[in-house]
Amino acid sequence: MENTLKTELDNVVVRFSGDSGDGMQLTGMLFSNLSAILGNEISTFPDYPSEIRAPLGTLGGVSGFQVHLGSSKIYTPGDDADVLVAMNPAALKVNIKSIKKGGIIIFDTDTFEKTDLNKAEFKTDNPFEELSVSETTQLIPAPLSSLTQSSLEGFGFDIKTVLRSKNMFALGLICWLFNRPIDQAIHFLENKFGKKPDLLHANVKVLTDGFNYGNNLHLTVSTFLVEKSHETPKGSYTSISGNKATAWGLIAASKKVGLELFLGSYPITPATDIMQELALRKDMGVKVFQAEDEIAGITSAIGASFAGCLAATSTSGPGLALKSEAIGLAVMAELPLVVVDVMRGGPSTGLPTKTEQTDLLQALYGRNGESPVVVMAASTPADCFHFAFMASKIALEYMTPVILLTDAFIGNGTSLWKLPKLAELPEIQPNYAQQGMEGCNVTSRDEKTKVRYWSIPGTKGFGHRNGGLEKDYYSGAISSDPVNHQKMVDTREQKVSNISLVLPELKLEGTMDADLLVIGWGGTHGHLMTAVNGMNKKGSKIALAHFNYINPLPKNTVEVIQRYKKVVVCELNSGQFATYLRSKVPAVEFLQYNKVQGQPFTVAELEECFVKLLK
Amino acid sequence: METKEYSTIPFTAKDFKSDQYVRWCPGCGDYAVLNTLQKVMAELGIPPHKTAVISGIGCSSRLPYYISGYGFHTIHGRGAVVATGVKVANPKLTVWQITGDGDCLAIGGNHFIHSVRRNIDINVLLFNNQIYGLTKGQYSPTTKKGYVTKSSPFGTVERPFRSAELTLGARGTFFARLLDVDLKNSQISMLAAAHHKGTSMVECLVNCVIFNDGAHGYLAEKEFRADRLLMLEHGKPMIFGVENNKGLVLDGLKLKVVTIGENGITENDVLVHDAACEDTTLQLKLALMEGPEMPIAMGVIRDVVEESYDSALEKQIAEVQAKSKVKTFDDLIATCEHWEM
Repeated sequence: MENTLKTELDNVVVRFSGDSGDGMQLTGMLFSNLSAILGNEISTFPDYPSEIRAPLGTLGGVSGFQVHLGSSKIYTPGDDADVLVAMNPAALKVNIKSIKKGGIIIFDTDTFEKTDLNKAEFKTDNPFEELSVSETTQLIPAPLSSLTQSSLEGFGFDIKTVLRSKNMFALGLICWLFNRPIDQAIHFLENKFGKKPDLLHANVKVLTDGFNYGNNLHLTVSTFLVEKSHETPKGSYTSISGNKATAWGLIAASKKVGLELFLGSYPITPATDIMQELALRKDMGVKVFQAEDEIAGITSAIGASFAGCLAATSTSGPGLALKSEAIGLAVMAELPLVVVDVMRGGPSTGLPTKTEQTDLLQALYGRNGESPVVVMAASTPADCFHFAFMASKIALEYMTPVILLTDAFIGNGTSLWKLPKLAELPEIQPNYAQQGMEGCNVTSRDEKTKVRYWSIPGTKGFGHRNGGLEKDYYSGAISSDPVNHQKMVDTREQKVSNISLVLPELKLEGTMDADLLVIGWGGTHGHLMTAVNGMNKKGSKIALAHFNYINPLPKNTVEVIQRYKKVVVCELNSGQFATYLRSKVPAVEFLQYNKVQGQPFTVAELEECFVKLLK
Repeated sequence: METKEYSTIPFTAKDFKSDQYVRWCPGCGDYAVLNTLQKVMAELGIPPHKTAVISGIGCSSRLPYYISGYGFHTIHGRGAVVATGVKVANPKLTVWQITGDGDCLAIGGNHFIHSVRRNIDINVLLFNNQIYGLTKGQYSPTTKKGYVTKSSPFGTVERPFRSAELTLGARGTFFARLLDVDLKNSQISMLAAAHHKGTSMVECLVNCVIFNDGAHGYLAEKEFRADRLLMLEHGKPMIFGVENNKGLVLDGLKLKVVTIGENGITENDVLVHDAACEDTTLQLKLALMEGPEMPIAMGVIRDVVEESYDSALEKQIAEVQAKSKVKTFDDLIATCEHWEM
């Protein structure tokens, strides 16, 4: 091995990019997992088209997977990539703008023929020149397709199967580039292909050949070392996607409270993984009902809630719109219900696979009548677990629907997750109707919290009729009395606003004594935190107030915000949280920074925004 | 198989009456169905607290308020799914769904066919008065073509649904038809529905005295009922008529009315009803018979055994749990590929 030059980096961003069918997601996941095992902080983000298989080699079919590794705390999958693996010219073209100066491009020379260039709409024979790729960029050309073919010679696979393994060749090369021993990758492959020894053998062979190819390259490129992180608290970790964490948070809550979990749902991008994960969990007794439509998804869950389950429905924006009327029923019937909205680009079908925060006002207000619900938002893939658990806890303890907002970015992205133990999670104590309270009716409630007593069908002595019609505050019978309606409207509102008393207070991050308060909510935390930390390191004084609880707001919200003279609300919509905050904290002038491009913020653009605001 | 808890204490219809005042229009056909349902519930011996009555929106959907035990008056068209959720969540409950022709076949049409297809173990009473009553007289999906209503001042131009055809088309396992004023048959049909495992569709032909009075008048006139209705009973010949001498035979692929004792026809020539037959062909022909040439088929038209969704799901969960090593949440967490940091 001639190349012994190793560069140490604090963090590095690698982007794998190719056709939707090139296996880039798997390659990226394997690489991030084995880096995590070696002690790195990780954050990943898949960026895939909504077409399952667009025509091969075209710009529309490019699918990417970005991995950010760090030896210190990292919060995002990174803006621009240090290393791009481009499986074809289209992948090169789509990603060229997000390669760092001095970055590395590994590309498959076998797929850079004239016809491939045409498919990617190149006009000349030299794509690098045509894209004005900077001279500082280091190119590693490798005939990945033909090398994979020779690697698998004699295996007796058809050409399609052979070429499907070329992602493993690329992974081998990347392992070499980052000084990752491939044993761990082989271990992962054993888990994945254990039942298909032929495929396992082939993938291991290609991976090993890819690694050795890198080793034997007489390249002037230096390889990289990203050291172990020492900032991560000690413990057992895995990497988890937001959607899986959401599913497991619901399971944890159902086990903690001792109720069966019921999910009524309908397939919708990018939320479907939650349903699929829960469908796998029959061992945990989870009942998943794949409904005929979004409305049936939620109404079946309302039925299950009425019958005494922890009930949930999962969806994305268009599905939330369809569920509106039923959420109103859950408000009126005062039944516990968790509605998970994995937000995507809208309106209408919009950008199904891309991320946005544009459903906030729909979640808060998108129903007929005075219809208060709890709205909360998770901010990282891993904390989807915590917030799905908390959404369940609040729904069950306060007899209310809770809308949990996540988004395509954190739903599909992964981050490190410290494995929890059920015993360590907070208790969940629903307000059950107790023995001795027989005869209490459907509106009987705890006068202090305004939470009604939950009596579950099948229990003797607690029979009652619930429904969507207004009920008498005292008798529970249907009523259209004007004064009673006012009282019931106020009661339902009071019940939800009372929850702020038990919510954690808003905590500021960054510099407390700041010239600028940055406000964010939900899935943008990583980018905002990175930008704020970056600016503060350079001498700025910025504080970050990041919200997970939106309705009700944490009880110190007004006091915290009013401490600052300059306040900017950054969100991936046209200003929905800013609008909401103006109604809650009218004395403050809220500046806005908004982006609605179906993509997360970049740290660079946030820093640029903060620099301008601080001038 | 699920086990129902039958009480040793005999119930009466009164045990299933709630304290609420019944608010339908005087003379409404819904009263008769409600009374019959309470009698049937008593006869089943399942205590009120193990019974859940779920409805959507419409006149008939007010029914849950009038039954003791657990009830849920939900939103328009969605009763079938709420009932599905209740049954799947707690299969020990006996679940009744109350719906109307608008609620079930218009806004709830999609849920209706899917709950029937899944064969959820619920008993559905479809109150068919061929009109929207609660919104004061618009035509419904079962209103006869050409009928004048407030939303069809020149007569409807739509072809109506026939609920039996929809039920059987959605692979229904049970279909019965009853008439509000025929208390005896109503009780028989509802009891059969309650005993059937799976989605039991009972079409209740009810009269709306205000907006569609006499829609089922042809059937309801007492002196002609024997001639106009065919009370089907599984295993019994299809004989009807004031003199009990009319019967049904197959003529090619068509059903035909014959008179026993004429042209050498004997009772042995008359078709015998087979509600348990998998093949729907003859059951559908019976269900679609119209007067005056043919009698209208009443009673249990189809009742076949097929596993219900809820019981299949319970079974699947039990099987997976028996095999799985993952018993607790902490076991589940331990299945993650994890490492120490």
